[in-house]
Amino acid sequence: MSNTSLYGEQIIYLSKHPKNFRPIENAHYLCEGANPLCGDRVTVYVNVGADDTLEDVAFQGSGCAICMASASMMTTSLKGKKRAEAEQLFDEFHRLVKGELDPQREAHHLGKLTMFENVSHYPVRVKCASLPWHALHNALNHQSAASTE
Amino acid sequence: MTAQAVLATPATLDAVALRSDFPTLRRTINGHPLVYLDSAATSQKPQVVIDRMNQFYAEEYSTVRRSIHLLSAKATQAYEGTRRTVAQFLNAPETRQIIFTKGTTEGINLVAHGYGRKFIGAGDEIIISATEHHANIVPWQMLCEEKGAHLRVIPVDDRGELILEAYEQMLTERTKLVAIGHISNALGTIHPVEDIIRLAHAHGVPVLVDGAQAAPHMPVDVQALDCDFYVFSGHKACGPTGIGVLYGKVELLERMNPFLGGGDMIETVTFEKTTYAPLPHKFEAGTPAIAEVIGLGAALDYLRGIGLEAIATYEHQLLEQATARLSSIPGVRIIGTAQRKAAIVSFTVDGIHPHDIGTLLDQEGIAIRAGHHCAQPVMARYGVPATARASFAFYNLPSEVEALGVAIEKTIAVFAL
Repeated sequence: MSNTSLYGEQIIYLSKHPKNFRPIENAHYLCEGANPLCGDRVTVYVNVGADDTLEDVAFQGSGCAICMASASMMTTSLKGKKRAEAEQLFDEFHRLVKGELDPQREAHHLGKLTMFENVSHYPVRVKCASLPWHALHNALNHQSAASTE
Repeated sequence: MTAQAVLATPATLDAVALRSDFPTLRRTINGHPLVYLDSAATSQKPQVVIDRMNQFYAEEYSTVRRSIHLLSAKATQAYEGTRRTVAQFLNAPETRQIIFTKGTTEGINLVAHGYGRKFIGAGDEIIISATEHHANIVPWQMLCEEKGAHLRVIPVDDRGELILEAYEQMLTERTKLVAIGHISNALGTIHPVEDIIRLAHAHGVPVLVDGAQAAPHMPVDVQALDCDFYVFSGHKACGPTGIGVLYGKVELLERMNPFLGGGDMIETVTFEKTTYAPLPHKFEAGTPAIAEVIGLGAALDYLRGIGLEAIATYEHQLLEQATARLSSIPGVRIIGTAQRKAAIVSFTVDGIHPHDIGTLLDQEGIAIRAGHHCAQPVMARYGVPATARASFAFYNLPSEVEALGVAIEKTIAVFAL
C-alpha cells in the first residue's frame, strides 16, 4: 500500500501510544479544540513557569491517527521550550503541514516534527494535524476553545 | 445510443454496460481504477445529462416564461417538460404539484417556512426520527424556536429500525406535522413510511417525506404512499447540483405562504398589495436554475430508462454482498442492520478512525465518505464520533465490493504495527 508517506510507522505508533495523554490538574492554561466536520476533540493543558518556560504540556481527547500523533509529538516537542519558541514552532508546524515550509530548504526548529511533512499532500487532513496546535496556541492566548472551522 | 438501451431484462441490469455512460468512472485515482462508493453523498453523472446541459447552454440558452422570442419559448417548453417528467417519476397526479427547489434542504425549508410558520404555533409538536440528517432536523428546530413549538423524536433500536410503538404514543392533538426520512443516509434503513403516514393521517397530521436517499434508488409513488410532501435532490439522482424537487398535495400547497418573494411568483404587484401566482410558480421566485432543471429531466429519463425496480433489485444484491464481505473481516462493525435497507453500509473498524480508513482507501482508488454524514445525533445514538460509509449505485460492480473488502483488510494490516 502506497500510504507509508502519510502513515509512517512512528505516526501509527504514537497514535496508539500517545505521550502525555493525561489531564493536568489546575492547569495554568487549557483549551479544547474541535473539528466539527469529523468530530475530533482534543483538550490541551499547559503549565508555564515564572521564566515563561512551558514546564508541562499534556492532552486528552479522541481523533484520527494523524491528530493523535500530532498532539503527542507536540507535547514532547514543547516541554521545556519558552513561550515564544512554542509560538514559533506553532507557526512553523502550521506552514509545514500546509506545504508552505520546505524543511530541506528553509531553516526551522521542527526536529522530528518533520515526519508530518507529507500531510501537505493530503489537504483534507491538514486540519487533523493542526487541531492540537490550534488548541495550544489558543490556550496560551487565554482562549478556552479552538476550532478548525 | 446509451448503454441503458442494451439492458438484459427488465428485472435486472447490465452494470458493466451502464458504466460506459459515466465518464468519471473511466478515470484512475492514485494509480488505481476509481471505485466510487460515495453515491449517497452525490452520484456520478451520465454523458446524456452532461450533453443535455451543454446543448442547452450552447444552442438553446434563454430564460423561461417571461420573454416572447422563440428561444425563450423553447426553454420554457424544456423546463416545463421536466416538470412533467418529475410528475411521472413520482406518479404525482398533477404537474402543478411539482415545485423546483435548490435541493432537498431547500424543499424542507420551504415547507417549514410556508406551512410551518403559518400553521404551527406555541405548544404544538413536530415529530421527526432519531435517524434524520441535519437537513430534516435544523429547519424544524428553527421553527420550534421561533414559534414556541416542540420537536419530538421517534427513537431507533440497535439495528437502526424506528420504534413504531413509541411513535404511536407521540401522536396527539398537539402534533402538527411529521417529517421523516424515507431512507437514513447514515444507516441505510428504509423506514416504514407507509405505516408512519397512515398513523399520522389517522390523527389528521400531514407528513413530509425526505426522499433524498430513496428517489434515485427505488420506485417512489407519492399517491400510493399518500404522503403530503415529498422532497429529493437532483444531484443524488444522476442530475446536476443546485436543483431539487418538492411534491405537495394541492390543498396544502394552495394554503401555504410563498417562500421567497419576487420574479415569477407574483400574479399582480402594486405598491399596496401583491397577489401570488398559481401553483407551481407561487413557490418559484426569481430566474430558476433552467439548465439544471433541464439536466434533471435528462437524468430522470435516464433512470426511468433503466427502471427503478431493476435498480433497487441490483443494488440490493450489492448490499447483501457488501454486508457479507465486511462482516467477515475481524474488527469491522456495521452500524445499521435493519431488515429493510438501501445499499448503504456504514461501518467502523476497531482501533482505526474513519478518517484514516477514508484516506487509506483513497490510496487504493476507493472513494467512500468518512465522518458524521451530517447526522450527528445518529452517531451519538450508536456511540461513535463518525463512521466510514460505502454507498452504492447501479453503476457499481461486485468486483468493486470485493476491492473494498481487500482494501479494508490492507488498512487493518497497516495499523497492525
